[in-house]
Amino acid sequence: MKFGKLLAGAVLALGVGGAAYADGHEKTKVGFVYVGPVGDGGWTYEHDQGRLAVEAEFGDKVETVFVENVAEGPDSERVMTQMALDGADLIFTTSFGYMDPTNNVAAKFPDVKFEHATGYKRLHPNVSTYSARFYEGRAIQGHIAGNMTKSNIIGYIGSFPIPEVIRGINSAYIHAAKVNPDVEFKVIWVYTWFDPAKEADAAKVLIEQGADVVLQHTDSTAPQAAAQEAGNVVTFGQASDMGQYAPFPRVSSIIDDWAPYYIERTRAVMEGTWEQKDTWDGIGPGMVGIGEISDAVPADVKAEALALKTALADGSYHAFTGPLNKQDGSPFLAEGETADDGTLAGMNFYVEGIEGEIPQ
Amino acid sequence: MDLSAINPILLIAAMIAAATPILLAAIGELVVERAGVLNLGVEGMMITGAVCGFIIAVNTGSPALGFIAAAVGGAVLSLLFAFLTQVALANQVASGLALTLFGLGLSALMGQSYVGIKPPRTEATPLGALADIPVIGPIVFGHDLLVYLGLAIVAGTWATLTFTRAGLVLRAVGENHDAAHALGYKVKRIRTAAIMFGGACAGLGGAYISLVRVPQWTEGMTAGVGWIALALVVFASWKPWRVLLGAYLFGGITQLQLNLQGAGVAIPVEYLAMSPYIVTIIVLVILSADKSRAPGSLGRTFHASS
Repeated sequence: MKFGKLLAGAVLALGVGGAAYADGHEKTKVGFVYVGPVGDGGWTYEHDQGRLAVEAEFGDKVETVFVENVAEGPDSERVMTQMALDGADLIFTTSFGYMDPTNNVAAKFPDVKFEHATGYKRLHPNVSTYSARFYEGRAIQGHIAGNMTKSNIIGYIGSFPIPEVIRGINSAYIHAAKVNPDVEFKVIWVYTWFDPAKEADAAKVLIEQGADVVLQHTDSTAPQAAAQEAGNVVTFGQASDMGQYAPFPRVSSIIDDWAPYYIERTRAVMEGTWEQKDTWDGIGPGMVGIGEISDAVPADVKAEALALKTALADGSYHAFTGPLNKQDGSPFLAEGETADDGTLAGMNFYVEGIEGEIPQ
Repeated sequence: MDLSAINPILLIAAMIAAATPILLAAIGELVVERAGVLNLGVEGMMITGAVCGFIIAVNTGSPALGFIAAAVGGAVLSLLFAFLTQVALANQVASGLALTLFGLGLSALMGQSYVGIKPPRTEATPLGALADIPVIGPIVFGHDLLVYLGLAIVAGTWATLTFTRAGLVLRAVGENHDAAHALGYKVKRIRTAAIMFGGACAGLGGAYISLVRVPQWTEGMTAGVGWIALALVVFASWKPWRVLLGAYLFGGITQLQLNLQGAGVAIPVEYLAMSPYIVTIIVLVILSADKSRAPGSLGRTFHASS
């Protein structure tokens, strides 16, 4: 698989190279590196929507290129290098595993601006990081899930055990347990962002083991299809609305809206005002959207969920508010205390109540 | 830990279903390699089969027609490889890789308007009372036709290669194409037929993913199964029954590790996640201690003048 992706990446990069232009630099060239195909219906799809929004905003003044299915690791470094050599002014690298490659390539091309999604390393002045507070959306999902489950077993398909995913699990659990103290989380790690067959298998296993709500932190719609097949299982769209599975099994969704950020950063490059920064926006600024809550959710639960959304958006409520303990029982947050961004960014523990261990 | 959450009957049934795409692709590739051709385009043919099968099944409402279309689609794509390697005498490795890339791109193009559509349901084979037998019923008799077809293809391939004249000729072409040519066998024609058989099997395997296992169409949805099938053929020392064993081991342990994770077994997840690969390789390497070797002409270009 790696080999296939490698070659796909390499050849696509060559294709991009072949299409390189030599007409000076009147256009701003923006590159995008994707971990999955643009048609995944989830994560990469939304990034590509952001790319299209940049094109729509600036028209002829901008040229965008993208390479999809780029494996995390050395392959991505080659793809980024090729993009930079081809004259890209700004490159968005849109997966956590591109963190070190992005910084490595940025060191070699100080005049090219790099934007790395969901990472935390900014080793060079030309590297910015950006991410969305998906955990705010997870809080709403947890609230709905805790109310909807009848078996009290909620399945969770994890991709990789990184802080971003663990944050989501914790946030969903906290809010599910708040409305339903008997709720139990079953987490399966699939070690991939995109593999529909494996995601479907994981969803089926969770359903066979009694889960009647399945949350996913992977990119394809395969778990939605598995839930639809099972008939009585609730799911949530991940990264994209996945509205084709509404109103049931998909009862709501987290939608990543990258377009405003991509437009803003492209404009900054055009105007020469680009500066390194770390962006982490949530529901309030609109980077995280909540897809329509369908009628399969009881009206009172829906109203509560929307109230929660409002509170998260205006900052009157934080998804990680004490009192909370860590899984081992040691105190995490005192009564009324909220988690700071540093703690959230490096979160590597479950909160009290979740069973199982995080792979280290 | 709660092992009682795992239902062994459902687990074994799921294992058989999970193994089927790999099995189909691998048995097809086995025939191709026994004919002396190394086709690295399995992934491309699978994904093309997946999208062809999906499109036809959705438009006709018949999964059976979908599977036929998948086999045809895979075989037609493999003809491209046959043309490149048998007529144009291109390098097989490069042509195979090109086929994979081409297949991935072509399928993405063909499937654009089929994202998010639900295919018609593939029903279990109506075996009547057999499926109602406790335990054995759901495990052995509760599957769709493709599962049995996969087994039949393995048995048929084994019987053909071992007992028939056609199998002997195919193996002769794969072991030493010059000798086979000298005996008057049509090396290119036989190889082209084998390549098409491999393409059809890979297409079926791909359609099994898009029509049964997931079931939906997503770009790149085979996600590397073709490469696993390729590796399986080598580790199975080009023997049909070992391919079956390897595919079931791989599919089975993949399912088992997901189940164990769900049940909260205290084995580090990393070990569980790598276990399908490790166990399959270890078992097949031990089995291949009998000095099995690759077909003599594997990957070599044949021209009648040489």
